[in-house]
Amino acid sequence: MSEMLQTVPIELTVNGRRRALNVAVHHTLLDVLRDDLELTGTKECCLVGECGACTVSLDGRIVDSCLVLAVEADRAQVTTVEGLAVDGHVSPLQQAFLDKGAVQCGFCIPGQLVAAHALLAERPHPTVPEIQEGLAGNLCRCACYQQIISAVLATAEGTAR
Amino acid sequence: MRTDRIGGSPNRVGGIGRVTGSQQYVADIRLQDVLEVKLVTLDCARARIISIDTSAAELVPGVRLVMTAAHLPQPVPRFGPQFSDRPIIAVGETKYHGEPVAAVAAETRDAAEEAARLVRVEYEELPAVFTIAAALDPASPLVQDPSLRAGDPLAGTNVLREHRFGWGDVEVAASSADLVVENAYTFPMVTHFAIEPHAFMAAPDGDGIAIWSSIQHPNWLQKIISQILGLPLAKVRVFAPDPGGGFGGKQHTKLEPLVAFMALRTGRPVRLILTLEETFQAVRRTSAEVRVRTGFMSDGTLAFQDVQANYLIGAYADIADRVVSKGSYPAAGPYRVPAVRIVSRSVLSHTTPATAFRGFGNPQVNWAVESNMDEGARALAIDRLEIRLRNLARKGEAFIPVDTPADGDWEQTVRRAAELIGWGTPLQPGRGRGLALGIKSGPTTGLSYATVRLLADGSVIVYAGTSDMGQGARTVFAQIAATELGAPLDWITVVMGDTAVVPYDQQTSASRSTVLMGNAILRACQSIQAQLRTMAARLHGLDEADIVVEGGAVRLPDRELPIIDVLKPGLGRLGGELVGNGEMRKEAEPGHPLGGSAAFYEFNCTAVEAEVDEETGDVTLVRHVTVSDVGKALNPLQVTMQDEGAAIMGLGHTLMEHYIYDERGRIRNLGAIDYRIPTSMDLPLEMLSAMVENADGPGPYGSKGMSEGALLCVAPAVAAAVRDATGVAIRDLPLTPERVWRALRDRSTP
Ligand code: FES
Ligand code: FES
Repeated sequence: MSEMLQTVPIELTVNGRRRALNVAVHHTLLDVLRDDLELTGTKECCLVGECGACTVSLDGRIVDSCLVLAVEADRAQVTTVEGLAVDGHVSPLQQAFLDKGAVQCGFCIPGQLVAAHALLAERPHPTVPEIQEGLAGNLCRCACYQQIISAVLATAEGTAR
Repeated sequence: MRTDRIGGSPNRVGGIGRVTGSQQYVADIRLQDVLEVKLVTLDCARARIISIDTSAAELVPGVRLVMTAAHLPQPVPRFGPQFSDRPIIAVGETKYHGEPVAAVAAETRDAAEEAARLVRVEYEELPAVFTIAAALDPASPLVQDPSLRAGDPLAGTNVLREHRFGWGDVEVAASSADLVVENAYTFPMVTHFAIEPHAFMAAPDGDGIAIWSSIQHPNWLQKIISQILGLPLAKVRVFAPDPGGGFGGKQHTKLEPLVAFMALRTGRPVRLILTLEETFQAVRRTSAEVRVRTGFMSDGTLAFQDVQANYLIGAYADIADRVVSKGSYPAAGPYRVPAVRIVSRSVLSHTTPATAFRGFGNPQVNWAVESNMDEGARALAIDRLEIRLRNLARKGEAFIPVDTPADGDWEQTVRRAAELIGWGTPLQPGRGRGLALGIKSGPTTGLSYATVRLLADGSVIVYAGTSDMGQGARTVFAQIAATELGAPLDWITVVMGDTAVVPYDQQTSASRSTVLMGNAILRACQSIQAQLRTMAARLHGLDEADIVVEGGAVRLPDRELPIIDVLKPGLGRLGGELVGNGEMRKEAEPGHPLGGSAAFYEFNCTAVEAEVDEETGDVTLVRHVTVSDVGKALNPLQVTMQDEGAAIMGLGHTLMEHYIYDERGRIRNLGAIDYRIPTSMDLPLEMLSAMVENADGPGPYGSKGMSEGALLCVAPAVAAAVRDATGVAIRDLPLTPERVWRALRDRSTP
């Protein structure tokens, strides 16, 4: 019952900013990001860990935030799409997404970007199959897959502007 | 060439918001004091509702309303784009799995979900129909109450409408044809699976109401809400933030009337965000069974096409019957065919209401007719490309007698695709090639208004009622304004999605917006150019006839001025602005079988090379070529994105997607775990897209609509390649590994 929900205090560092909050024990990290912290860049679609729209980075690891309970993320470092731009400037990867035409409706894009950023952090020079595999958990119904792959490649090659 | 003008590919307008997460879709908008809505549904398709007990649900703290049909005006209003058959909430009987019987509004999502589980519905499950065969069986129950279909001779059947199109005499042609090929094909039930699930909000707004919806047709929604609530249009304000993918699934009103009543009853804003599972129960493509009899002469010339297409639509018509008629009408394809008979039926069933879906009824018949072309070619030992070229309509030819003649040099498109796939070159063992042509009629009617304001500093605001759901309409519209009024792209704002601000637009569908709204914007810009001419004549003491405004500049007899150098002095000390209005109509044509001829055709040729793993039945696309005749690519990158996106979406219904129903009409593969759509792992090893541009379209600068073409004929091209590789013809989609493997196992020795 909403008024009597059991809540637990947690502390998160989201995009470099410390946030202390009380969260319901059954709420997911996605719920907390979107509803409590009003960071709505992270999207909600399947809620079963299959579409990747809710992808965030948790202590440097890529997770589907719909599958992570907020309490499990206590004391973690979280990066969402809102944390990718630096000093108000989009990152080279974000710019490459625009230049290569990787963005149509945009709904899957926050998840794609977070996943691709992590992929590049781990493998600065990925091959096409590695990109395809690395982003296989991020569905895009507009199907800009070819363009997303070229954006990641261009960023890796440093040819993105 | 400047990249922000026509023909360039600037960064998407609205792109920054999409890569930074600041773009607000409906579910991202926070209204003060909003109540969360959760739907109550039953675990079966068709049931008689005996009673609904809401008492336990109402006791959940935070619950403000448990709405059932009893709370609505009686009889409960019904609505729909074609027939007013869908009630706001189930009345007396549910007709498909997932139809809401009640809805809870509560202070939190948790409370709404808990209360929804506590609504006790007593019901009796009733026999129902989920297949074409069952629906057409006279012994089966009727899906729609005949009283809803007063005066309809088919009211006592599950056939909502039967459509007949054609010309010539098929029977006479059949008696003289050298070869007749007859086959039956099935097309699966698939869903849009936009990554943004449908989202709806409503709030009392003074003496009217405000609605937020991820909708493609805000003005149509406004009209329906106004009729249901008895409010003037001016008191219904629809906000339509850019949808996160539409594909046809967000064209028409769905649950907005329900949330509107809930907002009015509670006096509070309410929001309903569907789950992905609920979207499967809200929208899908019509499945179909298509029987085609094709007659050929021995030289491969087509003698006739005889097409019978049964489309399975859902429990309420939505726009599905129009899908059936408009989709089946060009079934004979882009060919010269002396005799054609098309009989198509929209067949009601107790399933998810089918609606528009990219391709709008064409892929179903195209799959059958193009596959039959291959059968004819094989039987006559004629090359499959050659047989198509031999029959292909030439530009200007009235290939559908009373309709728009062929509006492109289509042979160029076909030859380009054949060249890119390497048609006729040697193949590795285990591989095969297929090629198919697709055609779709563009909009048959249309009405778009646009307003353009040239502000005192030369910047521009464009108002357009199109929904930018990913196709990139904002970008193209801004490019038109940039080209005509000289402002750089980042000095142009495109305002959409608010019926209180933006002038009327009929709809965002049928790949119309570049052509229809594009022309309206062009005309609004031209009206401003005319005003600039008057201004320049006054300022320079010239005759208007000696002044030309073009390409963002004002040309006087002796020199050229940037627009701003005329605008500033012309407006004078008070400043102000110039306002242009543009209107683009495509009138209905009474007597035309579809109510209007095609504004343009979308024409595509898809060619693929596939490899089939005989052990597993896996089909790998080695190369996928898609070529579309686009008239003129206003933004080539966006054309490629739409083309490839449509092609990959087409691979979904071709290779993997389909609903699975159980015997009670419940969708068993509801949601992302058991229903697979193409991922980055399912791409063709190589994808090549090309476009043909002859500037011969009716849109600005010779453009045509183009967002659906590349999906139309994916299935027949892929199936033809599988057949070429293995010798096995499969006539049911999707070509899952299991289906291919079984067909290979059962193949008689070649
Ligand atoms: S919403 Fe989390 S994976 Fe789909
Ligand atoms: S851009 Fe639309 S879902 Fe990916």
